[in-house]
Amino acid sequence: MSGSSGSQRFAATLAVLACALAFPFLASGYHLYQGAQVLILAIALLGLNLLTGFNGQISLGHGAFFAIGGYGAAILTAKFGVPYWAAIPIASLVCFGAGFLFGFPALRFGGLYLALATFALAVATPQILSYKGFDAWTGGSQGVLLAKPHAPFGLLNADQWIYLVCLLCAAALYWAARNLATGRIGRALIAIRDQPIAAETMGVNAALYKTTCFGVSALYAGVAGGLSAIAVGFVSPESFGLSLSLSFLVGIVVGGLASLGGVLFGALFIEFVPNLADQLSVNFGESAKALPGAIYGLLLILLMAAMPTGVAGALRAVARVFGRGFASRRQSGIEGGGAASASREM
Amino acid sequence: MNEFLHQLASGLALGGVYAIMALALVMIYQATQLVNFAQGEMAMFSTYFAWKLMDMGWPYWRAFAATVLISFAGGVVIERLVVRPFAKAPVLASVIVFIGLALIFNALAGWLYGYSVTSFDTPFSGRPWFGNVYMSAHESGAVAVSLCVLALVYAFFRFTPLGLAMRAAAQNPVSSRLVGIRVGWMLAIGWGLAAAIGAIAGMMAAPIVYLDPNMMAGILLYSFAGAVLGGIDSPFGAALGGFAVGVLENLVGAYAVGAEVKLSVALAIIVGVLVWRPSGLFGRRLVARV
Repeated sequence: MSGSSGSQRFAATLAVLACALAFPFLASGYHLYQGAQVLILAIALLGLNLLTGFNGQISLGHGAFFAIGGYGAAILTAKFGVPYWAAIPIASLVCFGAGFLFGFPALRFGGLYLALATFALAVATPQILSYKGFDAWTGGSQGVLLAKPHAPFGLLNADQWIYLVCLLCAAALYWAARNLATGRIGRALIAIRDQPIAAETMGVNAALYKTTCFGVSALYAGVAGGLSAIAVGFVSPESFGLSLSLSFLVGIVVGGLASLGGVLFGALFIEFVPNLADQLSVNFGESAKALPGAIYGLLLILLMAAMPTGVAGALRAVARVFGRGFASRRQSGIEGGGAASASREM
Repeated sequence: MNEFLHQLASGLALGGVYAIMALALVMIYQATQLVNFAQGEMAMFSTYFAWKLMDMGWPYWRAFAATVLISFAGGVVIERLVVRPFAKAPVLASVIVFIGLALIFNALAGWLYGYSVTSFDTPFSGRPWFGNVYMSAHESGAVAVSLCVLALVYAFFRFTPLGLAMRAAAQNPVSSRLVGIRVGWMLAIGWGLAAAIGAIAGMMAAPIVYLDPNMMAGILLYSFAGAVLGGIDSPFGAALGGFAVGVLENLVGAYAVGAEVKLSVALAIIVGVLVWRPSGLFGRRLVARV
């Protein structure tokens, strides 16, 4: 079974990648921008899912690290003239540091207290960003404007180029997260989540893993924030409030906790539901503003009750049903000679 | 000096609100070891309900009493319908459900009552009390109401059989069930009480911070800070912590960092307390059984 689900996953990954690669040459303008946003959100969700889904540390404040990445990239490019391809890695390393440091006290917090502390971080972030003392760098409540990068050699237009940069980052970070999560480190993270005391007894250095996981997770959020800053061309304090952090949480729950492929569904969801509400508000007026919150809230509760594995879990279940039917038909057809392939199927 | 006393006094007024919100949080924490992230939005929704009643022409105290009763019933219903199915779920699932509840109440308030900022009546209008020049009449009234709520809650848990049963159910559910206490219902009543107390907090806060669907985010954060500071499993500590945070927030906001970054005071308190003294000032130290 593992062989077949592995090859299924490989095929699915290739298909998604092919679609994503073809997209910039088929779509244009605003749709391309939305595509880039989906990829950016997917990166942030990957990071949050490593932390919350795999390691069980609840963060309600990843918008803060997203903000550090965004502001870092914006300040570096706009005020110091650093090119964007250098600004994003620098900003995300800063995020890694910030996440690692926040992870230290988080060690002593335990699940619920960490949720409290990160909630506080999320609520306080817009105020800190618009603090007058940092005005010279952050532009206060005005935010920072930055120029959109141009494609090298003028082969593509700026939108296509930004989309492809986002796609490259998303693919690389997905690959890295997959390697992290499926190997020894991933097993250690899951062990700490499910049986913290047993994990430590087995020699897993829980403190190191938890702080590093927090740091890596913040780094992902930082890359996403940096990319978002260059894609939008603008950062301002209001865009990094509690609702951003909560929409990340919604994203990983919809996509599936501890599922890396699921983040794509989560990202599509949190990108397009508010959009839909905006379109509806033309007909229904101001009350349509309540729609995303209502949908998010209901889905969080219903998914937790009925489908805690999210969209990814549902797809896996469907694939298993179809796969079983397929495998049994194959097996009956190749009785005798196909023992080797049948055993690989298991 | 005058200015300082004024800041101190208005800190006490909001501190009273934080204190009773923190008390509501502690009430649920003691019974379930969970922090209700939806407490603030539930309180906000109750406050809108009271506003609606007054808008329909009800006098203040009748609307107040009706809101408290309805909020109590609402809290019980929410516990039964939404929280109960997750009683045995991991902390992460519960936190996600609470966040979901908070989002729903926020959206519901926005949908029913709109997103514009509204003023909210106070029953304590007119001249300041007892010639107190540092506090407006509403601020004095809010402190008085908070103290009344604290006294009532103390008396309820200390002197009534139901309060005793609720304390027993929170401390040792298994033994309580063996002596005939209906533990599930005690939890539901705890949620109802927390919702009712939250409604009072919301109605006391609304004349100060004005009514809008997001009014409670900051207040909830300060109440978290108060509860953590006093010890999240100690009602007395949490109430004291709430008052302390109210005063601290106002003074630090006025003299140290500026009013526009006051929320980071709460962040600093929460992180600071959790780093240096995770059990808070009056909480019990937690020991895990392996």
